[in-house]
Amino acid sequence: MRIAGRGLVDPGRVIGFSFDGRPYTGLAGDSLASALLANGVRLMGRSFKYHRPRGVMTAGSDEPNALVTVGRGGDRRPNERAPMVELFDGMEAVSQNRWPGLGLDVMAVNDLLSPLLGAGFYYKTFMWPRAFWERVYEPLIRRAAGLGALSGLPAPDVSDKVFGHCDLLVIGAGPAGLMAALVAGRAGADVILADERDRMGGRLLDEDEMLGGAPARAWVAASLEELDSLPNVRRMARTTVTGAYDGGTYGALQRGAPGAVHHSFWRIAARRAVLCAGALERGIAFPGNDRPGVMMAGAVRRYLHRHGVAAGQSVAVFGNNDSAHRTARDLHAAGVRVAALIDTRPEVPQYADYETFAGAEVVATRGRLGLRGITIRQNGRERRLRADTLAVSGGWNPAVHLTCHMNARPLWRDDIAGFVPPEGAIPGLGVAGAAAGVFSTHGALSTGARAALAALSDLGLRATMPDLPGAEDAPFAITPHWQVAGRGRAWLDLQNDVTTKDVAQAARENFRSVEHMKRYTTLGMATDQGKGSNVNALAVLADATGRGIAETGTTTFRPPYVPVPIAAMGAGASGAGYAPQRFTPSHGASVEKGAPMIEAGLWYRPGWFPRPGETTWRESCDREVAMVRNAVGICDVSTLGKIDIQGPDAAAFLDFVYANRFSTLKPGRVRYGLMLREDGHVMDDGTTACLAPGHYVMTTTTAAAAPVLKHLEFVSQVLRPEWNLRLAPVTEQWAQFAVAGPRSRDLLNALLDDEIGNDAWPFMSCGAVSVCGVAARLFRISFSGEHAYEIAVPARYGDSLFRLLVALAEGLGGGAYGMEALNVLRIEKGHLTDAEIDGRTTACDLGMGRMVSPDKDCIGKMMAARPGLRDPARERLVGLRPVDPQAPVSAGAHLFNPGDKAERVHDQGHVTSVAWSPTLNSNLALAFLKHGPARLGERIRLVDHLRGHDTLCIVTDPVAFDPEGGRLRG
Amino acid sequence: MRLTCPLCGERDLREFSYTGDAVLCERPAPEAGPEAWDAYLHLRENPAGVARDLWHHGAGCSAWLVVTRDTVTHAVIAVALADAP
Repeated sequence: MRIAGRGLVDPGRVIGFSFDGRPYTGLAGDSLASALLANGVRLMGRSFKYHRPRGVMTAGSDEPNALVTVGRGGDRRPNERAPMVELFDGMEAVSQNRWPGLGLDVMAVNDLLSPLLGAGFYYKTFMWPRAFWERVYEPLIRRAAGLGALSGLPAPDVSDKVFGHCDLLVIGAGPAGLMAALVAGRAGADVILADERDRMGGRLLDEDEMLGGAPARAWVAASLEELDSLPNVRRMARTTVTGAYDGGTYGALQRGAPGAVHHSFWRIAARRAVLCAGALERGIAFPGNDRPGVMMAGAVRRYLHRHGVAAGQSVAVFGNNDSAHRTARDLHAAGVRVAALIDTRPEVPQYADYETFAGAEVVATRGRLGLRGITIRQNGRERRLRADTLAVSGGWNPAVHLTCHMNARPLWRDDIAGFVPPEGAIPGLGVAGAAAGVFSTHGALSTGARAALAALSDLGLRATMPDLPGAEDAPFAITPHWQVAGRGRAWLDLQNDVTTKDVAQAARENFRSVEHMKRYTTLGMATDQGKGSNVNALAVLADATGRGIAETGTTTFRPPYVPVPIAAMGAGASGAGYAPQRFTPSHGASVEKGAPMIEAGLWYRPGWFPRPGETTWRESCDREVAMVRNAVGICDVSTLGKIDIQGPDAAAFLDFVYANRFSTLKPGRVRYGLMLREDGHVMDDGTTACLAPGHYVMTTTTAAAAPVLKHLEFVSQVLRPEWNLRLAPVTEQWAQFAVAGPRSRDLLNALLDDEIGNDAWPFMSCGAVSVCGVAARLFRISFSGEHAYEIAVPARYGDSLFRLLVALAEGLGGGAYGMEALNVLRIEKGHLTDAEIDGRTTACDLGMGRMVSPDKDCIGKMMAARPGLRDPARERLVGLRPVDPQAPVSAGAHLFNPGDKAERVHDQGHVTSVAWSPTLNSNLALAFLKHGPARLGERIRLVDHLRGHDTLCIVTDPVAFDPEGGRLRG
Repeated sequence: MRLTCPLCGERDLREFSYTGDAVLCERPAPEAGPEAWDAYLHLRENPAGVARDLWHHGAGCSAWLVVTRDTVTHAVIAVALADAP
């Protein structure tokens, strides 16, 4: 029911929306919950387990009942809490967890079965027979589980992740938070003020209260105006701080404006923070306390003062503390009928003219889909009253959650019957106002100011205590009252349907620890994480186990404080945002040629370059291999890691990081190097060129570029800091292309500004050349086994050089080749990649044991000498050739002696790389075989259990083609 | 978590990577013997309290850092360049 003249809503702006398909109107400034209440809609949801009809209970993010799905299509968002959903034009909201409708839900049959479905039901029921676990129970549970459903469609990619920095983060913008922000802002601190509601002011918007002689709202407006005038203060409304983490880092979820699907997940690094998150009102567990119409007393005030909505037409109030009385007083003042005020305490204040029952309790409620009446008990006599709404206050729980995120335990205070944060729970975080158990407005203002002063002093900023506006400063009067004895179920956790009986039963069955009780009953395990139920439940547990509340303790509060959509937390981390794409200089030209691009880590490299008439990759690949063997091929090898090493001690450094010697390498020469890890296994291989005395360029495999650089940095900075050298990664600075094949020199001589010959440019030489006037580097090295070069130019010339090289190659009967051909060429030559250097192989395994130089120290030398790593019985590198050249071979297959069964105990080794060699007209494989090099010529079975291969092979040297290497030098 | 790199200043955790105990800085001499090498590579304390760990500022200045940290409170006590004695 709307009450004219009340609330911060705009009566001139009517907003149309629908709920479960029915059209309604609300006002600008309404939440979905307030608009529905204004329309007299009380039934908003169904509970999880028993499908009990439920109405909105709170007016904030702790709402357990009124969970709805908002939007449609990919924008559809389930489990939105109706009080937190700001109304916008055209909003489509639907209820959840019911079928066929909210008013008639057939799953409500569960409620009739509730005597069978109590605490521990799952654990007792779904145990036997075992055969039912997967076939019957799991599908059954999965169908029943969950509240709202995701759309299954891609979400519009509009969420963001944001990093924020500030001197002081103020969490909550009620009286304490506003005061803290004002003090810190005036002192010049860089302040972020975050509040989860759409308007700042906190409780001051929800009460009829005076501050400094004027309505509190006027003070809020003036304070916000002042904060907005300070350039060093950033106000973030609609922002819930969700977690406190190490080093002053806080997570925060910022919701978009009404109707926006945009969420931002913030990581805020704050030098200091003040928690002013207020307190959450809790209920009292009395029979029938879950009917639509039973609400928190403070929520009823918020709907009245913030939205101008009366929660009902005839409201009863039930409480054990003075704040319940404010609800009765304010409703009465607004002209709403107060049916009765029921207070459990024997002596109570009387604010206005309505019937008050002291020392009384509510013992029953009536009404199926909405409250119609209550039964109260006073002095042993019961009496029925008519009411459509019951406002309940069982006290206030300080919002201590964030202070417990780093494992601190809250402390129980008997005087306020609530838990408060311990000192120093989170380094750098102060607590003020109701969150610290200070419930008066004056207390909030003064503790907020003091917390800010303490933070400013830590930050080295000067400030003095401001004059505080005069404010309400009544002591908080409460007599704990947790549950009401009586017939019928009294609910604690409304979302997961846990009653006082369930908690008592858990205690009887010896689940006495609060953590065990939680898991046995599922209390506090719903999306509200027990915000409204936790403290009441452990009070009931304390009763049932004969302990005090302090001794019983709380469960662990963990982030996030409110549910955070995965779309916000992972914003931007889909597609290319998840795995950035790295393109080579020849990318555009390769794509133009129709090459399918395949992923190599983050890089994209051409698989092959199809030509007209070629229908399979094998045709293209075989042609490209033949091209390189017979004419000349061009391949972009820019992805290989390149590390520039300079300094007087660079040679000594290379000796230390490589197993073999580099200090003897002369300028103008290149050497193959093998790099070990300190544990003696091979880390990487590659070539290093000496460009000038004290100047080297190391190449690494594509995948190892970053790890090798990190390793070299470690050796240089930590193990040999006294050596004078510098490392620079230059992978992206140089475009580098292999020019491979018998006609490679012809091609280069058609390209380079000065001709090259075999004498000046022998195998493993390097030097500076000029191509079209551009200074380039030429390396005579070969991965293909052919007479080959790699030419490097600054990356900006890469695209044009690649096009030029390919055109020249095509003129010589060659062309570009891709990764498939590159792989075949290297397997024919027994060259290694990460398939062989897989982190478990040693230099000896790879047939390079003698490369570990005996007369110098190097990384990995000590450990590589361990007998176990030098054992000839280890699986060591060999080549395999099937007896039938066409017979299938596959990487991952295992090797067995021909007489043995193909079982693990007879395993002789495994296959790492395979290829069809068009050069040798045979399948080829590289493999690791026990005693490998000693078994050349033997027959071995290659068995792939997954693919069904069983191929008899001959063990060969890894180098299948041109073992003498004559072609390299040609 | 935030670390104050001696070269770059205070930075977010995600700029750094963790590499284990700072004992890795103290590489034994080649002739130190198998026990010393085994200890260097494999044996690690797992203290509840102050620990010295190696971190790499890979998304920053590439510096290797020794971070002294309390594993119980998560307090960062000191960050120093790994080559500093």
